[in-house]
Amino acid sequence: MTQDRIRVLVAKPGLDGHDRGAKVVAAGLRDAGLEVIYTGLHQTAEMVVAAAIQEDVDAIGLSILSGAHMTLFPKIKKLLDEQGADRILLTGGGIIPDDDHEKLTRLGVGKLFGPGASIQEIADYIKAEVAARRSQGSSV
Amino acid sequence: MSRSPTDKPTRSLTPAESEQEDPRDAEIRFQSLSGNVLKPYYTGKDIEGLDEAHDLGEPGEYPYTRGIHHTMYRGRTWTMRQFAGFGSARETNERFHYLLEHGQTGLSVAFDFPTITGYDSDDPMSEGEVGRCGVAIASLADMETLFDGIPLDQVSTSMTINGPAAVLLAFYVAVAKKQGVPVNELRGTTQNDVLKEYQAQKSWCFPPHPSMRVVTDIIRYCSEQVPLWNTISISGYHIREAGSTAVQELAFTLANGFAYVEHGMRAGLDVDSFAPRLSFFFNAHLDFFEEIAKYRAARRIWARRMREHYGAKDPRSWLMRFHTQTAGVSLTAQQPENNIVRTACEALAAVLGGTQSLHTNSMDETLALPTEKSVKIALRTQQILAHEIGVANVADPLAGSYYVEALTNQMEAEAEAIFRKIEALGGVIQGIENGYFQREIAASAYRHQKEMDTKRRIVVGVNRFVDGRREPIDTLRIDPQVEVEQRERLAHLRASRDDSEVRKSLAALAEAARNGENIMPRLIEGALAYATLGEMIGTLKQEFGEYREPPMF
Repeated sequence: MTQDRIRVLVAKPGLDGHDRGAKVVAAGLRDAGLEVIYTGLHQTAEMVVAAAIQEDVDAIGLSILSGAHMTLFPKIKKLLDEQGADRILLTGGGIIPDDDHEKLTRLGVGKLFGPGASIQEIADYIKAEVAARRSQGSSV
Repeated sequence: MSRSPTDKPTRSLTPAESEQEDPRDAEIRFQSLSGNVLKPYYTGKDIEGLDEAHDLGEPGEYPYTRGIHHTMYRGRTWTMRQFAGFGSARETNERFHYLLEHGQTGLSVAFDFPTITGYDSDDPMSEGEVGRCGVAIASLADMETLFDGIPLDQVSTSMTINGPAAVLLAFYVAVAKKQGVPVNELRGTTQNDVLKEYQAQKSWCFPPHPSMRVVTDIIRYCSEQVPLWNTISISGYHIREAGSTAVQELAFTLANGFAYVEHGMRAGLDVDSFAPRLSFFFNAHLDFFEEIAKYRAARRIWARRMREHYGAKDPRSWLMRFHTQTAGVSLTAQQPENNIVRTACEALAAVLGGTQSLHTNSMDETLALPTEKSVKIALRTQQILAHEIGVANVADPLAGSYYVEALTNQMEAEAEAIFRKIEALGGVIQGIENGYFQREIAASAYRHQKEMDTKRRIVVGVNRFVDGRREPIDTLRIDPQVEVEQRERLAHLRASRDDSEVRKSLAALAEAARNGENIMPRLIEGALAYATLGEMIGTLKQEFGEYREPPMF
């Protein structure tokens, strides 16, 4: 199980239709050797979590440019925890002010990537985080 | 938050070092942003055969390559029209007054995500989204507040609204009626360009075919009742922001325009009855000369097609009027003050390209919606261009430039090749259903990202000339109370309006949707009964269906 390729769900939660970043990250992670599932637009928190569990992903990357991140990230984190899927790394990016980033980190959300980030940074982070999580606990 | 991989200050290369540069880096530095390889310089040979009368005309003369008016900005400066909207209708109304007081000459409304996707502020789908990316408008009551103290016969208003455009237009007309302004004097624009929604902006309400019917209803209604209204703002801006090249922006936008013309003609409308009120909206991106050539090529292509292919007889059908916005996607979160410079250069390209109307981005827009201070700088940028730099004195000053004319010709030829490809696919809607546009745009976006990540394309402050320090600047924060108060307003509205009038109007709307009657009069009646946006769009969704795009990257 630990030798399996890392699986990432790239998701657009909420009403935000700006999908350039999500698609670029999805393509970049795929080319960096990860398996990527892209949800498409207008996902509810429930849909994102259901897809993540069904697809048995190691990480979820949320793309939020709409300012709704302080509603959507906590909601999704809570659902993951409630459904016993807290092993899944919750990361993402978009337009998220630094102080909101700090608040989200305290809720257990991973590093977030905003304008100016490179695909390599994101790929390296996910690979390292997932490897660390896999070696810490069981991967079931 | 992320940082660029290089935090050390970068010193410039010595000549010996530059010689050791990777030849591929040299190549990309001399390509346009679209990827066109550029010569070190251009000569008369590059525009051999260019016929001034046939290919250029004078400004204000077919084929309008050089602009659509003889006098251009001597006759009338471009409209300074800053896109604005956030929080509640009251807050946005205050921002409108601020901008008008500081010399803005036209209004442009930014609506929040719930509004542009057709949901009321109190819909479960709207949670966390109300007022964050634009103003929350759920009913005529909100619209009346939005234009409080702004007589609608004294301004022109552009509304960036697509899927729900018919409803927002109904709200605007209803406000006019309440203000006692004759509807036929209203001036403005509804973006109403649903084709590019499926391709790029993604704020549709219904599937493509019913959406096109709604577009036609708006065109018909306006040609009879609101003759000064620009019914569609056929847009390339969003296509470009989603990642396309300049050539793709040019070609996809015009292809969409042709599709609207064909659709109107198939619906039995005489082309000259609606084409004069079609307008356009382009991006002003970083590659200065490419952008100028793009606008010139756009005018020429449109004029020729309208006259020679669609047989339009009215010169107002041939001439392309457009609004421009500087490229949001070119701005950086790092060292945001640099964005003032980027925006100024982009605005200059738009002016040298002959735009009729212009929005300049604020420096903080990678971080948040603009503060008063930063939007004032953006507005002053336009005023300095108009009054100090001298570019408003002479129309199309770059005409005859070997480079600009060669680039104009080249972009036109490349656009024509894309038109042929779209035709071979079966047209724009077929292309949308096949995912052609979406895939092309995503591929261009990915290519651009790789160019930046490998530093083949330089972004100052991000992958070169990096500070390593982050100096926070003041940004606009949207108070979560906005959502709470908007819900309360809606609850109050629902409780105090005449429910039976609302139900009657929604039933009449559904009937019109079913039997092909124009929905605009029914929407206006609904608006005046204080039916909400969500209720009216919900009613139409029952008849027209909903749309979910297949996810692809």
